Amino acid sequence: MKFGESTLARFAREVAKYPADQKQSAVMACLAIVQHEQGHVSAEAENAVAAYLGMAPIAVHEVTTFYNMYNQQPVGKFKLNVCTNLPCQLRDGQTALDHVCQRLGVEPYGSTDDGVFTVQPSECLGACADAPVMLVNDRQMLSFMTPERLDELVDTLKAHAAKEGN
Amino acid sequence: MLDLSKFQATGRETCFHDRHIGAQIYDRLDGRNWHLRDYEARGGYQALRKILGLDGGPGMTPDQVVAEVKASGLRGRGGAGFPTGLKWSFMPKNYNGPKYLVCNSDEGEPGTCKDRDILAYNPHIVIEGMAIAAYAMGVSTAWNYIHGEIFEVYQRFEEALDEARAAGYLGDHILGSGFSFQLHAFHGFGAYICGEETALLESLEGKKGQPRFKPPFPASFGVYGKPTTINNTETFAAVPWIIRNGGPAYLEVGKPNNGGTKIFSVVGDVQRPGNFEVPLGTPFAKLLELAGGLRPGRSLKAVIPGGSSAPVLPANIMMDTTMDYDAIAKAGSMLGSGAVIVMDDTRCMVKSLLRLSYFYQHESCGQCTPCREGTGWLWRMVDRIEHGKGRMEDIELLGSVADNIMGRTICALGDAAAMPVRGMIKHFRDEFVYHVEHKRCVVGMAVSTT
Repeated sequence: MKFGESTLARFAREVAKYPADQKQSAVMACLAIVQHEQGHVSAEAENAVAAYLGMAPIAVHEVTTFYNMYNQQPVGKFKLNVCTNLPCQLRDGQTALDHVCQRLGVEPYGSTDDGVFTVQPSECLGACADAPVMLVNDRQMLSFMTPERLDELVDTLKAHAAKEGN
Repeated sequence: MLDLSKFQATGRETCFHDRHIGAQIYDRLDGRNWHLRDYEARGGYQALRKILGLDGGPGMTPDQVVAEVKASGLRGRGGAGFPTGLKWSFMPKNYNGPKYLVCNSDEGEPGTCKDRDILAYNPHIVIEGMAIAAYAMGVSTAWNYIHGEIFEVYQRFEEALDEARAAGYLGDHILGSGFSFQLHAFHGFGAYICGEETALLESLEGKKGQPRFKPPFPASFGVYGKPTTINNTETFAAVPWIIRNGGPAYLEVGKPNNGGTKIFSVVGDVQRPGNFEVPLGTPFAKLLELAGGLRPGRSLKAVIPGGSSAPVLPANIMMDTTMDYDAIAKAGSMLGSGAVIVMDDTRCMVKSLLRLSYFYQHESCGQCTPCREGTGWLWRMVDRIEHGKGRMEDIELLGSVADNIMGRTICALGDAAAMPVRGMIKHFRDEFVYHVEHKRCVVGMAVSTT
């Protein structure tokens, strides 16, 4: 796998945060960039990041497999992570997860057949006072997700996916 | 990116409300005024100018800065409550080589969301606090390690860093002085264990976040094997006020040995969950009132006063305690990160513990056998009890497994998994017994069948 100019520029910006002989410190950021651009981190991408940073491929793979947010397999266009940890559970976090799963017809960790949605229960997102909370595609934190707001969200995301031809 | 802002929190509910008491960190925030010029208008970066002698005064030596922080009684806001000035004084003074500073913004302790609001709505207070700390310890490079799940906050912090660099508060020869300091943001990617400081260091070095055996402590062997100090976000955010107003004034705000204000995340069964910045030593009853109290018709059953790793305390003990390190410790728990998880009389303690035990076995890094095997064992036993398949001896066994994890692991995650179990059994043993005997729940909630 060869990375394009813009990807390499993003990598370089991360590498520049660390001493010249410590490029490995940028591995998590580079893998996050790969996931942002490709949807998941493939073995080929791991090897390419390893080559870029001068790391052993297995050391990169250790990172991908250790941290919860890396997608080791392709996921839907929208990955929805619903927090079910205790503070959220006390404010209907489990209800939120159940509602999304039921609405989309998937089991937890499952994806819809059209490849638009993946739903995952998740551990503490660090937004407990806004519960129930969920994270969309690792980047957008959504709060106070009552069944009504979840329905509206699903409609919004479906409409967006349809517009883009999914 | 698709605009989903209508589904996002505004901060009004958690941060900019009028229910703080003597706020220093959340003072006068409104969500829009996070920029550098707003921070300066609130007196921001005056403390940095003061220590550098750029405010017309004589400046402060690094030792004087450390002494001021020691005098303030500031204790670590991340969980351990270690005296900050003392921690800073552990850094070697005449070290030949780079020393580093790290801000722990890996806020993943269930219940806690205070650092998120500091970074999102007042990021420069953390930058200034870190610059002062770096000056005090002779550090020229630092990183802020930010929780993976709060990408938007990480982006906000990057923007604040750009502003500070452009204004000369970061970089080479800050404000024309002889002090140079580089600060970068690091974005985590989902691992509770990285809130543990040595796991965080491993992660910062680009490895899986498995804690290091201590000693050596980070002050002698930290990032890249160099002397390193790690403090929590809120700890750094407290520093500018201390330098501007003096350590004794900060101590005066709280109570002896518990200086200053503390931000509590009050979550769970309250009417208005949120973050509340109040003086240490504020009664729990007052904090509960700030959070809107319980829902109508409900009564308080239990509180986990310091994040999910802290032992649970029953209502009567909580209603008699004040919110500070020493009082909560005396009551039998810990102040921890300041996350106050409130549970009312409809809650089943077995079910609550089940969720926490699942979390700890999920997040155990697997390095130490007592934690790797013990956390799973605890979870399976609580699961049995919750689902009506428990045996009476499981209750003793839970305590025994918890006891055998405590103190037998490299880091505190093992303890963090064990303490909730011990707390629950100590205070709510009857519920566990009831579950075993009747195969259902004492509070009338059906035993879940999943």
